[in-house]
Amino acid sequence: MMDLAKVRADFPIFQKERPLVYLDSAATSQRPVQVIEAVSEFYRKKNANVHRGIYSLAAEATELYEEARAKVAGLIGAAPEEVVFTHGTTEALNLAAFSLGELLVGRGDEILVTAMEHHANLIPWQLLAKRKAARLVPVGITPEGELDLGELARRISPRTKIVALVHVSNVLGTINPVAEVAELARRVGAKLVVDAAQSAPHMPLDVRELGADLLTFSGHKMLGPTGIGVLWARGELLSEMPPFLVGGEMIREVWLDHATWADPPAKFEAGTPPFAQAVGLGAAVDYLSSLGMEKVRQHDLALTAKALEGLLSRDYVTVYGPKDPERRGGVIAFNLRGIHPHDVATLLDQEGIAIRAGHHCAQPLHRLLDIPASCRVSFYLYNSMEEVDLFLSALDRVWEALR
Amino acid sequence: MIPYEEVILEHWRNPRNKGRLPAPDVDVVEANPLCGDVIRLQLEVRDGRVKDVRFDGRGCAISQAAASLLTEMIKGKTIPDLKGFSDQELLTALGGVVKTRLSCALLPLRALKKALSSL
Repeated sequence: MMDLAKVRADFPIFQKERPLVYLDSAATSQRPVQVIEAVSEFYRKKNANVHRGIYSLAAEATELYEEARAKVAGLIGAAPEEVVFTHGTTEALNLAAFSLGELLVGRGDEILVTAMEHHANLIPWQLLAKRKAARLVPVGITPEGELDLGELARRISPRTKIVALVHVSNVLGTINPVAEVAELARRVGAKLVVDAAQSAPHMPLDVRELGADLLTFSGHKMLGPTGIGVLWARGELLSEMPPFLVGGEMIREVWLDHATWADPPAKFEAGTPPFAQAVGLGAAVDYLSSLGMEKVRQHDLALTAKALEGLLSRDYVTVYGPKDPERRGGVIAFNLRGIHPHDVATLLDQEGIAIRAGHHCAQPLHRLLDIPASCRVSFYLYNSMEEVDLFLSALDRVWEALR
Repeated sequence: MIPYEEVILEHWRNPRNKGRLPAPDVDVVEANPLCGDVIRLQLEVRDGRVKDVRFDGRGCAISQAAASLLTEMIKGKTIPDLKGFSDQELLTALGGVVKTRLSCALLPLRALKKALSSL
């Protein structure tokens, strides 16, 4: 088990006078002092642009930047040169859609997406389909809120060039069977793009075991700074992919009328990269690794199981997504009968409980569930069982006040 | 635990002027895509005054209560009066609204402005 008191003591935001019950880590996590200090120390003592300077300070900064890349690679079982730093998952997915689209997609080809995608893993594919006169093929979900794997198997075909799939849904919490989808994609020669924004921070993850071709996540949801994200792709695929953003530092040679590209990952890191943020992300990976990702997952799971049991036992609550906590990440979306999620969130806020209310950047999914919005709680390594109890009893008071 | 003024809860539970007009002079819909709040506002105008008004909609307590209250406030008012109707006027009548929810409270007012501009 994790030493929760020790973990919480690392997070300055919980030292406030008024206790904060933070149940919105799926939106962004809080940061431990180790990460805040790493960024601050970098700016104080190591700051110089990376991969440019001849002077020793620049060399040191570059070394720290590349060290951070190696740490991220180690976390997901990748080679460092397969790890591209972006400004976030959204940029990484836009890169994936543009670059894979140029490489693979032509008129009449198909791109498979699911009904539970975050807008960031949907709209780039919509625009790609439009640009290439390709077809976007949506795959639905089961009544339980899981991916309809049978429908996916029926819809995938040799025309399918790309399958875009979220690993853990940011609304339903569903953990999708990535390895099974990867096998289906491999059989028809399609590339599998996995949005791991809600999984990489919360569970052990090995890109080879998952069988994905490309995978993305964000630093700020895993204790790291904002403004940094990760795109991983298989080495051979990354070498073939054309660049997305172009400009400084991603080139080999430039003439007035044309240019050639550097090898990956530099090919995909045009301009000054978020190097201080990378150093912070490296510190976040160190923090997570020292706890162990399996322990992080078990902690999430215990909290999720307790919250789910509490929510399911209240007859005024509707829970969306799987009822079995083992099939979920640490995310639960729900509604109170006849009460708008914003009212629930505002009332809980009065008791210092921060939850999310809205469509969580997944409008098509909410339309499918036939609700305008939902409440969402999400957990991370600093949350406690007592906080789950506080949340559940406060929810009863919200219900009494507004029913 | 309730951060809402009694006036909000009261209007939310017992909305005034809710429903449809048989022959409205203006009929507008305004929505807040972030949360799915929707307000439909209908006005009947005679001699430059709001003779009758109805609203319909769905959404949070604040948006629905604000719409109900707004219909009471504008009934009988002249069109030039309404053009000067300020955000603050409505917020004050609601007894104040937490800052994270201003867009909910002001949604019906946006519907009114839209209605006035289409007259």
